[in-house]
Parts: sequence; structure tokens; C-alpha cells
Amino acid sequence: MKECFRIDMADNVATLLQDAGAEAVLLRGLVSVREIRLTQPIKTGHKVALCALESGAAIVKYGVTIGEATQHIAEGEWVHLHNCRSRYDAQSSNLNIETGSREETPYV
Amino acid sequence: MSELAWQGYLRQDGRKGIRNLLLVIYTVQCAEFVAHEVARGESDAHVIGFPGCYDNAYAIRLMLALARHPNVGGVLAIGLGCEYTQPARIAEVVRHAGRPAEAFFIQDKGGTSSSIAHGKSLLASLRKSIAEVPRVPMDWSDLVVGCECGGSDGTSGLAGNPVVGRFYDHLVDRGGTAIFEETVEMIGLREILARRGKTPEVQNRLLETYDKAERYCHSVRQYSISPGNFAGGLTTIEEKSMGALSKSGSRAIEGVIRVAERPSAPGLWLLDSVPDSSFMQYGYTNPNDTEGIMDLISAGAHIVLFVTGRGSVIGSPIAPLIKITGNSGTFRRMQQDIDFNAGCVLDGSKTLDEATKALAEIVRDVADGAHTKPEALGHREYFIMYKHQDTPSLSEGCRA
Repeated sequence: MKECFRIDMADNVATLLQDAGAEAVLLRGLVSVREIRLTQPIKTGHKVALCALESGAAIVKYGVTIGEATQHIAEGEWVHLHNCRSRYDAQSSNLNIETGSREETPYV
Repeated sequence: MSELAWQGYLRQDGRKGIRNLLLVIYTVQCAEFVAHEVARGESDAHVIGFPGCYDNAYAIRLMLALARHPNVGGVLAIGLGCEYTQPARIAEVVRHAGRPAEAFFIQDKGGTSSSIAHGKSLLASLRKSIAEVPRVPMDWSDLVVGCECGGSDGTSGLAGNPVVGRFYDHLVDRGGTAIFEETVEMIGLREILARRGKTPEVQNRLLETYDKAERYCHSVRQYSISPGNFAGGLTTIEEKSMGALSKSGSRAIEGVIRVAERPSAPGLWLLDSVPDSSFMQYGYTNPNDTEGIMDLISAGAHIVLFVTGRGSVIGSPIAPLIKITGNSGTFRRMQQDIDFNAGCVLDGSKTLDEATKALAEIVRDVADGAHTKPEALGHREYFIMYKHQDTPSLSEGCRA
């Protein structure tokens, strides 16, 4: 079974340790192990929501707030640029979701 | 961690180096070609240089710190002849520190070919004069190590950086010196950083340093995060910052130094490379990984640990770069460039302590003369930019 890792018990997201499809993966942490079902494919190093999160909710990883939800996020959903924004960097929610590059920069 | 000592090179200022290199320095872009041609085929000669023609105290201090780095035996400074930065004055400072140095202007030597020939003959005589540098035993307490991350992904904060952090704890506990930087990658962690200060004074200095970095990123509308970071799973600068800070380990921070300053005592130090306010505006800070690596070397780092989740092929002049990834897939793809796979802690094949021990063995071997992969491949990237920092002038007591 593929795995994801939760760093701090307060975290509401976990990091995928392998690329995974829409499937059940093993949630590992320092003290607990359980399964969580991904609602969509998520790549290595990317985050999965461990519970449902309302728009505006703090996204917590390493036990600290790393951003806030910009829309409702379901348990098992991919948490990234499309549904989470920085509380400092205004550009973070305005990027290509796959490549992370800035869409509005002209190349002409 | 292995307690075995190795043999270093004793400098007249009492510091010990792990390499005995010749450093070719050019003082304007116009002299870059000649400088590289002088060093071509000379495996012990590294090149750095400053592209600007105009005067910049920060860039000069940085070059003077690199010229007197303990891994450098002798220096050849090459200028075109028109620029503000004076190669002869660089050579004079190096000689004053007890090491051989030469300098010339290309315009005085007749042009490209004659300047290259002249430079090569000067390198040969410098090499002779550093051949007899005394060898002395070195151990962890003599070692200064820097760390940097670049091309970070979701594994960097889980594996690559925590292994470096654990190694830093071991190094500090054995009397060594550990330097970390990237204050622009501590965004959102103001109080977490400040709590690490050894004394209330250091805690206040950490708060000031943090506030300056946050203010600077906000003012230039660019935080230290790139498309590769996003593609690798990092969503915000706050998330990247928590991963980046884990490189520093868990020991108390002794103090904050600026670029080209040396720590005044062993232990864990934060290097602040963000510009201070100036009538000039210096644009984006920390514009690439190499810039930060140069800053760490200017603080006296003998070796720099570079954590890259996505994979990077850079190296460094003067101080060897040890490349580490926490991403086993990246390691498989880029093993020709990467020295150590910390991904072993994520697949459970090694504990954090076992991985730290394995990394410490590599550091010791590199200190003892073994080449890192970037070193063996010939990677010597460098980057020196116009900047301003409120550091004391040489006459007021530069420790570099």
C-alpha cells in the first residue's frame, strides 16, 4: 500500500511518500497508523487533506499554519495552489497548478 | 559520529583549511574570459569574479573574505584596467594575511594571449610557494560547515533537511561551527525562530533579522519560492520555510552574522544576506542558490551541504559542495550529481540517526580530501552581485 506521512499530531494534511492514484493509502505518523482514501491522484511530496476543511480554515503542517483554504476541501482531497493560499505571498494562488509557473508573464 | 582526525593546511592567521587552492579573481566582467583561460587545465585553480565596473563595498568585502578563506593558499587578481575594483589592493590584503598573491591589469600586458600566458606563469610560481604549507591535524571542532537548500520539494522538509539538522546538532555538540542562512525562507516563523536564540539579546537580533527579511520580500513582491518548489508539492512560502528551518537542527543560535563576517565562536549561527537599506535599490534578494552558497563560504565554511529535493547540478568554488536529496526518485535519476540519498529515512531503510551517521562519514572523508560529486565533475559556479549591508569597514575591524 502507498503511504503518506503526518509530521505533527496537530496537522490536518499529510505528505504523500509515493505517487498515488484515487486509492486508499496508509497514513503514517510518529504514533499512529491508519488508512485514508484519496479522492484523486496525488504525487509524491504533495499534500492530502486528513479531514474536511471549510473555506478560510488554517492548513496545518509541522504543527504550524502554512496557509488557508480558499474553498471547501473534502477529506482525501489534494491540497495545493488551487485551494490553499499563503497568508504572506499574494501570488501563491495565481500560478499554474501543475508547473507552478506564473500564467500572466508574457513570452512575446 | 567518527572522532577520527584528518590533516589540514595551517594558515598564518591560525585557521586551518581542508584544501590548498589557488584562487583567480577578476574584478570586472571584461576580465572574465582571460581569468577563466588562465585557470583552464589547472585543477587546483578556482575562479571567482565580480561583473560590475562600479564601486561596491559589499562585493569587495565578499571577494576579500573569499580570497582569505582557509581553503585558499594563494591568489591571482586580474583586472582590465578601467574598473573601480582594484586587483592590486586585493593582492595586498591577501599578502598582509600571510599568503602569496599577485595582480595585474590586462591593458598593461598587451591583450588576451599575453595576459593568459602571464597569468599562467604567475599561477605556476604561486603553486610553488604554497607547496610547503604546514599540515596539521584537524577535527570536528576546527570545522565550519554551511548549509543551503535549493530545488526543494515535499521531501526536503521530511528527510533531506532534518538529516542535515541532526548532523548540525552533532557538529555543534563536538565543538564545531554550523552556519545556516536563507532568512527569506523563515517567513511565517517569526516566534519559532526567535525562541531559538541563546540569550534575550540574540532573540531580539533574530526578531530584527526576521522582520527585515519579511519587509524586504513584501517590498519587492517576490518570496523565495519557485515553480519547481510548487511542482514538488510545496504550496506556500510558510510551508517551504518550516522545511528549510529544519536544516538548522535544534541547538540554540549563538548569534547573527552578515555576509563576509565570521562567527566569533563555535556553535550554531544564522547568516543574514538580505540587503540593508541604502540609497541604491538592489532588487530581488537571494536571486539563486549559488548566491547563498557564496555567502556561506565567505563566512568561512570549509564545506557546504546542499539539500535538493528536485535535483540540482551546481557546485561551488573554494569549499566543496556535498549534495543531498530526500527524494529517492531524484537520487536514482541524478546519482551522477548527488552525493547522499536521505530518502532512506522515508522508506524506513535507515533511521534518522543512521542516516546522520552516514552523512557525517561523507563530511569527514571530504574534509580529508575526498572529492564530492560536483567537485569531481568540475562544477565551480559562483555569483557575486551588487548589494549593500551595514557591516563595518575593513579599517574598523573586519574579521573575515
